[in-house]
Amino acid sequence: MPTGPQFQRLPDQNRATVTLTVEGRTIEAKTGETVAAAILAAGLLSHTRTTPVLGAERAPYCMMGVCFECLMVIDGEPNRQACMTLVQDGMNVERQLGARTAPAPAQEVA
Amino acid sequence: MSLPAPCPTHDLIVVGAGPAGMAAAECAAGLGLSVALVDEQPRPGGQIYRATGASPLADASILGPDYQRGAALVEALSRHRIECFYNATVWQVTRDREIGLLVQGQTRLLQGRAIILATGAMERPVPIPGWTLPGVMTAGAGQILLKSAGLMPSASVVIAGSGPLLFLIAWQYVQAGVTIAAVVETTPHGNYLRALRHLGRALKANEYLRKGVALIAGLKRAGIPILRNARHLRAEAGADGRVARLHFRTGNRDRSIECGLLLLHQGVVPNTQITRALDCSHDWDALQRCWRPRVNEWGATDVPGLWVAGDGAGIAGARAAEHSGRLAALDAARLLDRIQPSERDEKAAPDKAALAHHGAVRPFLDTLYASAPDILVPSDDTILCRCEEVTAGDIRHFVALGCQGPNQAKIFGRSGMGPCQGRLCGLTVAEVIADARGVPMEEVGYYRIRPPIKPITLGQLADLDIPQEAAE
Amino acid sequence: MPQQTTRDVVIVGGGLIGAAVGFGLQRRGLSTVILDEGDVAFRAARGNFGLVWIQSKGSGSPDYVAWTRRAVDAWPDFAAELADLTGIDVGYRRPGGFHLCLSQAEVEQRGQMAQRVSRHQREDGKTVMVDAAAVRERVAGLGEAVVGASYNPLDGDCSSLALFRALHEGYARLGGTYRPATAARSIRTAGGAYRIETDAGAFAAPKVVFASGLGLNHFAAQVGLPPLVRAQKGQIIVTERMRPFLDLPISQIRQTPDGTVLIGDTKEEVGFDTASTMGGMIELAQRAVRALPRLADTRIIRSWGALRVLTADGLPLYEEAAGWPGVFFLTSHSGVTLAPAHAIAIAQWVAAGEMPDELQAFSATRVQAEKVA
Repeated sequence: MPTGPQFQRLPDQNRATVTLTVEGRTIEAKTGETVAAAILAAGLLSHTRTTPVLGAERAPYCMMGVCFECLMVIDGEPNRQACMTLVQDGMNVERQLGARTAPAPAQEVA
Repeated sequence: MSLPAPCPTHDLIVVGAGPAGMAAAECAAGLGLSVALVDEQPRPGGQIYRATGASPLADASILGPDYQRGAALVEALSRHRIECFYNATVWQVTRDREIGLLVQGQTRLLQGRAIILATGAMERPVPIPGWTLPGVMTAGAGQILLKSAGLMPSASVVIAGSGPLLFLIAWQYVQAGVTIAAVVETTPHGNYLRALRHLGRALKANEYLRKGVALIAGLKRAGIPILRNARHLRAEAGADGRVARLHFRTGNRDRSIECGLLLLHQGVVPNTQITRALDCSHDWDALQRCWRPRVNEWGATDVPGLWVAGDGAGIAGARAAEHSGRLAALDAARLLDRIQPSERDEKAAPDKAALAHHGAVRPFLDTLYASAPDILVPSDDTILCRCEEVTAGDIRHFVALGCQGPNQAKIFGRSGMGPCQGRLCGLTVAEVIADARGVPMEEVGYYRIRPPIKPITLGQLADLDIPQEAAE
Repeated sequence: MPQQTTRDVVIVGGGLIGAAVGFGLQRRGLSTVILDEGDVAFRAARGNFGLVWIQSKGSGSPDYVAWTRRAVDAWPDFAAELADLTGIDVGYRRPGGFHLCLSQAEVEQRGQMAQRVSRHQREDGKTVMVDAAAVRERVAGLGEAVVGASYNPLDGDCSSLALFRALHEGYARLGGTYRPATAARSIRTAGGAYRIETDAGAFAAPKVVFASGLGLNHFAAQVGLPPLVRAQKGQIIVTERMRPFLDLPISQIRQTPDGTVLIGDTKEEVGFDTASTMGGMIELAQRAVRALPRLADTRIIRSWGALRVLTADGLPLYEEAAGWPGVFFLTSHSGVTLAPAHAIAIAQWVAAGEMPDELQAFSATRVQAEKVA
């Protein structure tokens, strides 16, 4: 559900641009910023997670690592704090929907 | 059982590289101590000087002159040999002064002879109905986005609440060219009168007052509507699930303002997670309505070898934090026999005088910007524990069943048991219980905080060697 | 000093045992009050792992085997009753349960225990040893380190926090009076009844139940009983919420109905220190990752040390003090498993006053006998 961005970038110091995949779509971000900042600037997502208790929609709140509202699946790792994770080129980011899943059991010998 | 004390890796470990931590590290290193400085961010500065020296903004002057102070602190820091651990999450601090770090997914243990905690403040939670909606953030979050990523709101923004930061962020946004729909101030009218009697003392540090007056005048000049004495704030979602409007009441009138972004603020409170986990004594600060670790004039806690400096010991602001950081470092150096008590006292004199100066304004500011009762003790339908989705009504029900404090509330309804470990609900849950029981906060207490201080994975913990004694 | 309050029974202690007995007494129509401490107390109930467990209960004591089995048989109806009364689902399930062994030595030790216990267990609920392949059929992603396990088909679990709340909620709905921050200090006889002095006034009743966990010794001394219990520390780690991945409990690892994973089993004798130790946490994490490697990247949210309340021989203790008719001492470290037994049989005993034969083996006289021996 694409919604309008809530933030936009001010003229900046020519930081390098990197590319992330967010929920299957490509967005551009600037080096040195966090995944949460990049997603807020892109305005691609109306929410970044749903709660494990009631399934309520949430998005980044504190931006300083204390509220844990910005939990996302980053490069396959669930429940990472997007506001504490710096963007890297090629990163794959998905929403954390409800409780995380346990990783699949390692391949067992047949 | 305590761990065998391993060889110290550093004389002093400073946790937090904001103004208090930077000043403490710089001072201690200058006295010849081996110092480690640890911070969760990629560079020093703390939240107040976030991204200082590396601003993404083409024109960082929009952040105001105070922000530039951070660069000087970082520069002073760089003149010393200090082992800095950035992007480092502290997940454990023991009473034996061992610190568990997580750096790039790797666990690592440091051992200090002394520890200074300079973990600063966090924003007071602002529990209003709808504060969990996407698009509702803290004013501090807005500032962090501006400082660290150069982001300004493009959606229509309302800034609501109370405290100096409310006007600072609004002023910074105006400098950046943002159109602010409104500043909605919740400061009760009665606060102005109550604050007046502290004005005389506050005038000793009148630079704070002048700055505040200038910020508000700047906002008025820019034509930003400032709506005062607002009560019963409630955020409402639009069709896309994000915040769409803020409802509130001023006088006898119900009002609402459309917004695509709502920034809330009710001042800041000490981040006591580590001192709580260490079971330090804490005292209730009735004026600032928060807990602060019990410290002496040097910042020493009742855990030997552990100091708290800066806003983590009680809110006094960034400039005061520098001085309290130095005081803690001087006292640590004295404890480690690097300087004599007389030398410590001599070196400390200017810092003590400066602290007194910066402290002069606090009673005025704290009284003026005391949160309104309906924010401290919210209505039944308000979520208090965001992680576990526990409402004020749930907490009141637990009190009716005999719940005396937040730790029983935890057992009854899981409040404080989610990933934020009670950071965002601890104060409010206790306020609601105190109010429902009709007793003071001291009688209600606070959550017992358990390690890890920040989540760590089982695998990361398992990677550590078991200390000999525990392994049997 | 407030007016003395009179009830049929005063219950000292609002943990799992006190609440269950109070619930049972109210249900039988008695008027009771539970006296409890404040917000921060040494509460064994807080550290409960939530197992409803028979596989290891009763080594050397056929009576304990039978008592535990009776409780487990009563659990489904008890859970349903609590849900009806309070609307709280305590999440009871009985899918069978494992205790994992991570070495041959552990298998042998566990095998001996299973043999001793199963001798007295009924045919349909015997504890057996199984190999790793059998565990693997029920537990996906089992680690190579697991050599074998003990298993009992009647083992299960519930949410111990939900049980705690349901007992309190049910107790209140049945008209019981819960008095927090009312720590009991002393008991004495007064005009044909007993008088309990507390921090907040005195309470009188013809009957008194002490279910105060580690606080039992204090009152035992007042009625001429020897120390009854000691503290044993257990550490527990709890993780972030996960979607269901483990559909049966393992005694060292279980997933709660909330989705969090509890990891525990260290035993340390440490007195009253509830801090979690780094060494203990690391050891728990290492064993958990060896048993279920897929948990390696699961985040720990909290860890804590809780105090188990143990008698010298590990059996429950139910005693009506000699010379103090109507004064009962109750303790067990299985407050969850035995909750229905406490709410039904123990409440009946307290109400009627005649100790049933099945409880004779749990009298405190054995403590005195051991002291002499």
